[in-house]
Amino acid sequence: MAFVARVKPGALGLRGRWPSQVHAPRRMYSQHPAHHATPEHPLRVAVIGSGPAGFYTTYKLMAKIQGTKVDMYESLPVPFGLVRFGVAPDHPEVKNCQEKFEEVASSPDFNFIGNVSVGTKPDHPDGLTVPLASLFRHYNAIIFAYGAAQDRKLGIPGEDQLKGVYSAREFVGWYNGLPQHANINPDLTQGEEAVVIGQGNVALDVARMLLEDVDVLRKTDIAAHALETLSQSRVKRVHVVGRRGPMQAAFTIKEVRELMKLSNVSFHPVDTSLLPPDLKSLPRAPRRLMEMLAKGTTATSQSPSETSKSWSLDFCLTPKAFSPSSSSPASAQLASTTFKRTTLSPSPFDPNAYALPTAETLTLPSSIAFRSIGYKSTPLPEFSDINVSFDERRGIISNDGYGRVQHEERTRGAEMSHGSFPGLYCAGWVKTGPTGVIASTMENAFATADAIIEDWVSRTPFLNVDRKVHGWEGVKSEVLRSGDEKRVVDWQGWRRIDEAERERGRETGRSREKFTRTEEMLNVLG
Amino acid sequence: MSTPRVLRQSLQRLAQHARCYSKTTTTTTTTAPLRTQPQRLLTAWSTTTQLSASASSARRSLSTSSALQHGHVDPPKPGEELYVTFIDKDNQTHRLAVSEGDNLLDIAQSHDLEMEGACGGSCACSTCHVIVQDQDMYDRMPEPDDDENDMLDLAFGLTETSRLGCQVHMTKELDGLVVKLPSMTRNLQASDFKS
Repeated sequence: MAFVARVKPGALGLRGRWPSQVHAPRRMYSQHPAHHATPEHPLRVAVIGSGPAGFYTTYKLMAKIQGTKVDMYESLPVPFGLVRFGVAPDHPEVKNCQEKFEEVASSPDFNFIGNVSVGTKPDHPDGLTVPLASLFRHYNAIIFAYGAAQDRKLGIPGEDQLKGVYSAREFVGWYNGLPQHANINPDLTQGEEAVVIGQGNVALDVARMLLEDVDVLRKTDIAAHALETLSQSRVKRVHVVGRRGPMQAAFTIKEVRELMKLSNVSFHPVDTSLLPPDLKSLPRAPRRLMEMLAKGTTATSQSPSETSKSWSLDFCLTPKAFSPSSSSPASAQLASTTFKRTTLSPSPFDPNAYALPTAETLTLPSSIAFRSIGYKSTPLPEFSDINVSFDERRGIISNDGYGRVQHEERTRGAEMSHGSFPGLYCAGWVKTGPTGVIASTMENAFATADAIIEDWVSRTPFLNVDRKVHGWEGVKSEVLRSGDEKRVVDWQGWRRIDEAERERGRETGRSREKFTRTEEMLNVLG
Repeated sequence: MSTPRVLRQSLQRLAQHARCYSKTTTTTTTTAPLRTQPQRLLTAWSTTTQLSASASSARRSLSTSSALQHGHVDPPKPGEELYVTFIDKDNQTHRLAVSEGDNLLDIAQSHDLEMEGACGGSCACSTCHVIVQDQDMYDRMPEPDDDENDMLDLAFGLTETSRLGCQVHMTKELDGLVVKLPSMTRNLQASDFKS
């Protein structure tokens, strides 16, 4: 096995911090002891992240390799990642997958380690941080399933200076009660027109939240602060803007249909020149989507003049600048967004067409704008120490497509070589990039689990197979100081937080009222 | 310590198997030994999985199956059985006797077939995608509604006779139905998920 994870020359002080096999891989991996998970030597896995990817990988792994012990690290005190903090509150049925996760978590072989982040930066004030190096010493495999916590920026004038320009990711986190974004307090009272830049399902979620009757949201688990703000919103007109056309858009039909069906909300007709003339000849999924766009809201006979709120899909526009009203200083309130019109090459009907900007511009009045052009993952700070390769362009951990993490190694000839990193895997958006629905995340997580199972059965090298490892017990004894442990939230602790949130919900006639600060969550545990 | 939920569910399911399932599959196993060893079941979760593995099938060499499955259906009354056959991802067939009104997702899960129902059967995902093997049978079913079609549009390996298992309820007309579970995970590439 040609695994040589040499430490970068400049990284001083690592010896002793990283486990021996990182320095002496040959000794470690030349042995191929029998990979049998026995009660004395179970397969011990650390999963970093407790969203659907982490849980589905765990589920498959625990079902297929008997006795597998999984410790799931989560930087927040509460589990479920984007199922809790990403899925829109008016989609409770999508959150039903939590039932499966709860079953997984009820196994005695499963251990939730909440309020503990993995990394080196002390950016986790209410919680604990453990170094990845420590995990290396105490597990046979580590699965990175920590998602995509950043978003892509537009890089246009006004984006960072003007009030009223928001990240859709932060807005979604805010209405879902994510502690990190509990304080963004978007101002929805400055005007009636909103612009959402991007045409994926997150963009449509944002549009729906802005347009939906607040009384519908009142019954959901939407954050209380969001209900308050949305009930004061003056927004009546939402533009969902994309660089390309309907045939290239990333949204899916369910989300479009929902917006079309909102009561007292109408849809401005799309530019039909962008729809293929012969819809019948299209494959099923695009055909149904194009037919719906062509039909618009005629089915419900709502026209923009008859409803107080409306929305549109504005195609072939690429953002150029955010501008304040002309009299205002640069740091003032957003007043309009300017776009360049684009043309689609080779043809607007080609699903892979790309957008070419033209000289023609269009300015949309907008008192609020959301950028929604995709999420991206970031590498853990320690990846560079061990030469885990991170694809900055796609914002994912480099992997073989199945979920085996790749390392990069500069050989003597200064060429880069790649190979799989024994015992390291990735799943979910940090593996695939931030796209897809629960079904695709699940299939994808299963593929990662299958890769691990295949490696385990074929006796491919894993971490620490020559000795017994103790997982969280080992990590704990190595890095926690006395008194730290009570800040760790286990599954029982989450259940208590869960119950407290449901109880708060019962008081206000809602399914749940989330805590939106980690401090409040931890206070439940005393 | 109280009985873990998984264990309880597993026990309930095993009891159900033991009670009556006329499970005429190619990998038929007997349920009798399970009934005779309740003490072992209570000793450890891993023991439970072992046993439930033998309850479902013996085909996976390293597997233990799914003590984590759920789904509940009532066994059919004698003389009123309808039959449905599932072809699983390994091309094994499972012919099951079921009651009228049961949906395919619940049936599959209560028989430990590998079918997920991520949204709990509420037609909000495509994880219970099945492919009806016979066009005539497909035509006998009520047409899928918009919501089901919207989800099917996102399903892997969509065919002309694809349905969501949670939306197909067994009727007398569908007696003898054969459906296949699509297999797709093995050659899934990261590039499949590019937008």
